[in-house]
Amino acid sequence: MQFTLNVNGKAETVDVEPETPLLWVLRDAIGLTGTKYGCGIARCGACTIHVDGQPTKACQLQASAAVGKKITTIEGLSKDSSHPVQQAWVEIGVPQCGYCQSGQIMSAAALLARRKNPTLPEIEAAMADNLCRCGTYQRIVKAIRRASEIAQA
Amino acid sequence: MTKQILSRRSFLQASVAAGGGLMLGFHMPVALAASIGPRPQSTTTAVGTEINAWIVIDKDGTVTLRIPHTEMGQGGLTSVALLIAEELNVDWSMIKTEWADANRHLRNNKEYKVMSTHGSQLVRLQHPHLMGAGASARERLKQAAAEAWGVDRSQVEAKLGVLTAGNRTATYGEFAEAAAKVTLDKEPEINTDPAKWWLLGKPRQRLDIPHKVNGSAQYAIDTRIPGMVYAAVKASPVPWGTLKSYNFDAIKDRPGVIAAVPLKAVPGKRGQPDLQDAVAVVADSYYRAKTALELLPVEWEFGDSAKASSEGYFAEGHKLMEQKGLVSGKEDPKAAEIIAASQKVVTGSYQRPFETHARMEPINATVHVQPDRVDVWSPTQDQSAAVLLVADQLKVDPKTVYAHTMFLGGGFGGNGGGGTGVTRQAAEISKQIGKPVKVIWPREEDLAQDKQRPLAVAKLSAALGDDGLPTALFTRAVWFSQDGMNQIGGATADYGIYNIPYKIPHRQHERHNAKTHVPSSTHRAPGANQLGFMAEVFVDEMAIAGGWDPLEWRLKMTEGLDDWQLVLKTLKEKSGFRTDLPKGEGMGVAVVESHGTIAAACATVTVSRRGRLNIEKMLVVLDAGRVINPHTATEQCEGSVCWELSHAWMGGLELANGRFINTNFDTYNLLRIDQIAQVETIFASSGGKKWGGLGEPAGPPAPPAVANAIYYATGKRIRSTPFRSHDLTWADV
Repeated sequence: MQFTLNVNGKAETVDVEPETPLLWVLRDAIGLTGTKYGCGIARCGACTIHVDGQPTKACQLQASAAVGKKITTIEGLSKDSSHPVQQAWVEIGVPQCGYCQSGQIMSAAALLARRKNPTLPEIEAAMADNLCRCGTYQRIVKAIRRASEIAQA
Repeated sequence: MTKQILSRRSFLQASVAAGGGLMLGFHMPVALAASIGPRPQSTTTAVGTEINAWIVIDKDGTVTLRIPHTEMGQGGLTSVALLIAEELNVDWSMIKTEWADANRHLRNNKEYKVMSTHGSQLVRLQHPHLMGAGASARERLKQAAAEAWGVDRSQVEAKLGVLTAGNRTATYGEFAEAAAKVTLDKEPEINTDPAKWWLLGKPRQRLDIPHKVNGSAQYAIDTRIPGMVYAAVKASPVPWGTLKSYNFDAIKDRPGVIAAVPLKAVPGKRGQPDLQDAVAVVADSYYRAKTALELLPVEWEFGDSAKASSEGYFAEGHKLMEQKGLVSGKEDPKAAEIIAASQKVVTGSYQRPFETHARMEPINATVHVQPDRVDVWSPTQDQSAAVLLVADQLKVDPKTVYAHTMFLGGGFGGNGGGGTGVTRQAAEISKQIGKPVKVIWPREEDLAQDKQRPLAVAKLSAALGDDGLPTALFTRAVWFSQDGMNQIGGATADYGIYNIPYKIPHRQHERHNAKTHVPSSTHRAPGANQLGFMAEVFVDEMAIAGGWDPLEWRLKMTEGLDDWQLVLKTLKEKSGFRTDLPKGEGMGVAVVESHGTIAAACATVTVSRRGRLNIEKMLVVLDAGRVINPHTATEQCEGSVCWELSHAWMGGLELANGRFINTNFDTYNLLRIDQIAQVETIFASSGGKKWGGLGEPAGPPAPPAVANAIYYATGKRIRSTPFRSHDLTWADV
């Protein structure tokens, strides 16, 4: 089935089964590989994107259900890696292997969009779905706090 | 264009613009060459003159360093560049990097010496030739200038990319061509004295970070090439089962489905990872392939392996603890005799389950077989092994195989040997289908079919003397692995128990190599990761039974070993370790040596009356001799601690009916952000000749430190993992 998605402000027409998870449409049909496959059951957060501003696991969202919605992937978070979360991630040096970091950054950006100064429990609650096997968690906490400062500077 | 050109200049400049004062600097990315394009015929994008295999210098002074190793999160890309740049003496903010060519390495008789990245060896063991490449190039540049200027080489100074002698000056770029023709009488010595380093030893931002915050970093799983098809694979759920039949007709009319391909097992041998009996479904998209595979009727034959279980292995392991095993090192019959005759004996039996790598990037590979060449995109820790693996599978000349280096979505020891059997699968399928194919193992397949960390059991016994210190120690351990731990080598299989430093008058260690059908492999800090827990919990049992403070015991038992004393004294000073905290709170210590580095940990925990464990803080103190980049070194220590605590607290991969049953992140639990401890890392560097590894050693002491802390908090002695399976409730007495 052919339909059009609004991805990072661009109209993308795809031809896939309507139930295809948005994750695979983004990666294979549109070629936006920054969004990662990790588990396919919404338990690792590597595929986190924004749908109408809400953090969403792309592996559990049927592509046809995203029609008419504003989809933002890591590639569309900013034009030049200037989003406060991206700046803080570089400054603190968060990523190691980096595979989970698109999802981490998208979850963090969504958190800061709704809470300017999140508390530690709020950070933990917002990020608990995002697994990191390299163990960058303590730097993620630090970087979210730093991003909050950058955003308000 | 699989090359990734990385320049530090962009974010360093931006850091100035942002006002500075920040730990590592902002970055504002410039054009990032980070896409997967058509296969490069030429594998270099560097412009300029090649001084040697590692270094290319352009006329304008631009220096491109070729990185033969893998960046899997450990900062290896940056470490290699730093080691070369230290000796070459170039402006760190101006360097560029590209991945070295594995095909060239093999063609030219291992030109890069070693391409494998494992065993915390990159800095520890490869620094002589990496620093040597920089030093050699520098001296050749100086020689070229000396000849042109009519002075002696010793009068030429090379600093930050500029050659100077008296009032003459030139950039490296101006003498690059001449330097390439210079042959030195004698290769220069490298400088290993940290006090004389100008670049190494200070915290440096990683070169890969800008790519890893905007989705542009390319992993093998991101490979996209024209005409590529996708395959999802299912191997026998019970490893080494045989594929009896499958019914392709049931799925052949599904949209996009191209073929089903049967794959036959290749018995494993070191360096050529196994290919299990499996069936692949090939389609025009991964989702279509994966969905069709789930619907494909498949029949397997499992044989006796289907009776195996974790519980059965534990029972067998404990039985083996009563039988003589292979003696590691020197036999000392007195150890057992003294224990048998002693009035005061301490004994502990320990066990730990299978664990799995669960790299965040699922196991995958892309291969394009063409008549004249084969291209491979594999998440491997050894590009040259990937070339040989594919050549072996296809029976082609390795000279026609090109492996393209990609960022790895985690390594942890699991991507050695060319990237596991998936690379063989992709090669085989591409050959049969005649198209480039990307194989991705669904996460359930990744956890079930990965090469697992072997299940282990150990029993330790000691006799205590009148002073409460051990007079004899007798230990046995068993690993359940496919070929009796041969895959990780005999020495490391004893790591953690056999190599303890404690001066005990009589000691004997024996190992059993029990077999299982479960494929196994190295996992971060092999050997030490399982046995280190057992030894270091037992040390606390011995110390407490003998009336000793566990930290004082370790200090006493390592007297005269300066580096161990340095680490333990630093731990004592910085941790404030104490054993008299109120019930429900506890501190615990442990120390394990691996990969040439001594690592001590102090855990601070709280346990609620209802048994809820919180790991409040982990302090790790390490002696790796020297640290070339404290930033990445610290990250590795934080990560290693997190890795080990993930397994020790939450983990446990369970085998039942011959197959693994908790194969996704809903049932195989990993540490999450709300469970982590604050990890503080301190380097207590003894210097000297020591070059220790840092990618793994901080992990092994973490679980025993936590278990020892739990004892002080609850009075409960933990001798197995995961901690979550223990009842930690306590009451005031």
